[in-house]
Amino acid sequence: MAAPATTLVRLETAIFDPWSTLRDFEQTHDMGDGRSGAAAVFVGTMRDFNAGDGVRRLFLEHYPGMTERELERIADEAVERWPVNACLIVHRVGLIVPGEPIVLTAAWSAHRNAGFDACRHLIEALKHRAPFWKREDLANGEQRWVSENTPA
Amino acid sequence: MSITIRYFASLREQIGRGEDRLDAAGIATVDAAWQHLHGTPLPARVLAAVNQEYVGAEHVLTDGDEVAFFPPVTGG
Repeated sequence: MAAPATTLVRLETAIFDPWSTLRDFEQTHDMGDGRSGAAAVFVGTMRDFNAGDGVRRLFLEHYPGMTERELERIADEAVERWPVNACLIVHRVGLIVPGEPIVLTAAWSAHRNAGFDACRHLIEALKHRAPFWKREDLANGEQRWVSENTPA
Repeated sequence: MSITIRYFASLREQIGRGEDRLDAAGIATVDAAWQHLHGTPLPARVLAAVNQEYVGAEHVLTDGDEVAFFPPVTGG
């Protein structure tokens, strides 16, 4: 019987460094005690363009309470479906400028396939289900809500 | 029957407010709450949650529920 997996989800209101976040998480949580041979990581960063237009700033709205709960459900699903030892989801909210990280998902497992599959589930389920909404401040001065995510 | 309704993102801007309260008896479902407030069936593009869990339009409401309506999500 495997030890229970470690999961952590967190919203960040200020810029965060995904790489030091990963290192801190690995140092302060049970990563499977030598059983994690693979770590799969996705980092999403704000671009300065979207749908053919220059973007100056992004405002990320969320639904406090439901957003955290949905992220926790998504992490729990990954743990149930794949043999992973740990899962991490970190997501920014509020005002973001190009070049800043928006989202970090990571999964630790004995072997690479489970890690890749679990990490992909974390980001794809988040994009489809977690209640976040992006509003863009365009370079031409206009403001618009992003109506849908890019398919891949 | 007292229900809190919350709106988010572009939907909040279209409606012009972030919250409604419903103190109406006889409003059975999520769809009925939307109809009562906005006069149309719940649009297909509007997502609904009750007490912070996704639900369908026919979900039955209970006194004290928090209902949220919002557009398709765009996080990540």
